[in-house]
Amino acid sequence: MARDMSDIDILKMELQQLQKEVKNEREPVSKTAKELVDWVEANSAEDILLKGVPEDKNPFKEKGGCIIT
Amino acid sequence: MLRGSSAVAIDNERNKHPSDVIAAASAARARRSGRVGLATASRSTSDPHPAEMATHELHPNDTLTTLKMESENLKAKLEEERAKLHDVELHQVAEKIEALGQFVMKTRRTLKGHGNKVLCMDWCKDKRRIVSSSQDGKVIVWDAFTTNKEHAVTMPCTWVMACAYAPSGCAVACGGLDNKCSVYPLSLDKNENLAAKKKSVAMHTNYLSACSFTNSDMQILTSSGDGTCALWDVESGQLLQSFHGHGADVLCLDLAPSETGNTFVSGGCDKKANVWDMRSGQCIQSFETHESDINSVRYYPSGDAFASGSDDATCRLYDLRADREVAIYSKESIIFGASSVDFSLSGRLLFGGYNDYTINVWDVLKGNRVSILFGHENRVSTLRVSPDGTAFCSGSWDHTLRVSEEEGI
Repeated sequence: MARDMSDIDILKMELQQLQKEVKNEREPVSKTAKELVDWVEANSAEDILLKGVPEDKNPFKEKGGCIIT
Repeated sequence: MLRGSSAVAIDNERNKHPSDVIAAASAARARRSGRVGLATASRSTSDPHPAEMATHELHPNDTLTTLKMESENLKAKLEEERAKLHDVELHQVAEKIEALGQFVMKTRRTLKGHGNKVLCMDWCKDKRRIVSSSQDGKVIVWDAFTTNKEHAVTMPCTWVMACAYAPSGCAVACGGLDNKCSVYPLSLDKNENLAAKKKSVAMHTNYLSACSFTNSDMQILTSSGDGTCALWDVESGQLLQSFHGHGADVLCLDLAPSETGNTFVSGGCDKKANVWDMRSGQCIQSFETHESDINSVRYYPSGDAFASGSDDATCRLYDLRADREVAIYSKESIIFGASSVDFSLSGRLLFGGYNDYTINVWDVLKGNRVSILFGHENRVSTLRVSPDGTAFCSGSWDHTLRVSEEEGI
């Protein structure tokens, strides 16, 4: 547990972790950012908070009164 | 605000918690693991270091300074490797897509009933029920459509900082200053005393900051002020895996969307966001670009990135395959910490609840703010988008929860 470890122990843990991470495989941002954008575009149509929902299909619509015509 | 990669200063500060309880067993374990030598440390980087020691056998004079320098060098090397692939900015790639207009968000329901600060909430998979927990020690299950309270449990402690709905909708988990995570099966019988069926699952040596069921009711993932995360079997209470790597309190966690495999991300007071392999317990990636505590982390819906909210008043996006921060969501006018973040269904919008009582909505791809929602009369402490993405719920220190949407078309 982090609280029970001395500063030195925490640093050593950090060092071991950094050694591992330096070797991780990475892809260029130009490729991965494009994939993020593509994913959003593919799913935007179903995103109700983005597109809005007609009042009659809205489960949270205002609890209504009556309209007298 | 800082943009792009930057040299990261070593920060050895740990938050001390007044109710710190040290378990003798775990302290002994930490001392034993400290004896794993650093014999290979000096060979991992190709650049010569001025004050480098040839070997790192455990030596009484093997000081904090040497280790710090080693760590600093490695971090610089890691940033170098990451920078090599930083060939473009996210908002540049997003230039070709249509900008969003300004949104108007409207509160549709206000849930009143807690006697003190709301600290956490979660949606049920049925998209209408919500569980919330409060400083007043109560955990309440609401029907968000009708605003009716369906269940209420009084916990034996105050500051119930974490709560979660089980995937089946048949139970809730919660905990806080009691250092535990307990599971309460929800009864259809309104007269039944829920507390009688309570099951204690997780035991930490400090406060429980967050909890989440995995993709079944059978396992729970927890994070704690004791600096660790842990995976538990609900039925037996057995510890299945523990996750060590944070240097201070862990404040939040989020599980990767089930299609993308067994990982989760955690954020802590050490300003780090760590991505973990649930099976091995190993930390796969670590990000340290925030300037203060990370209060909230949330995966991008595709699982390839995650967002964070911090006391440094920014939210950030980290791309897992590029292994770097790719966006910062901030404004000079926003100076209070972000306590809670969540994405809309497509990942285009990022909702952030802040300590200045507002909710800011960001265009994730282009980086600008598209909406601001007022209404809470105190800090926003928790925020989640509903499972079908029709609405979002925010909880606040003003004792209420609010369900809000984009004002109709």
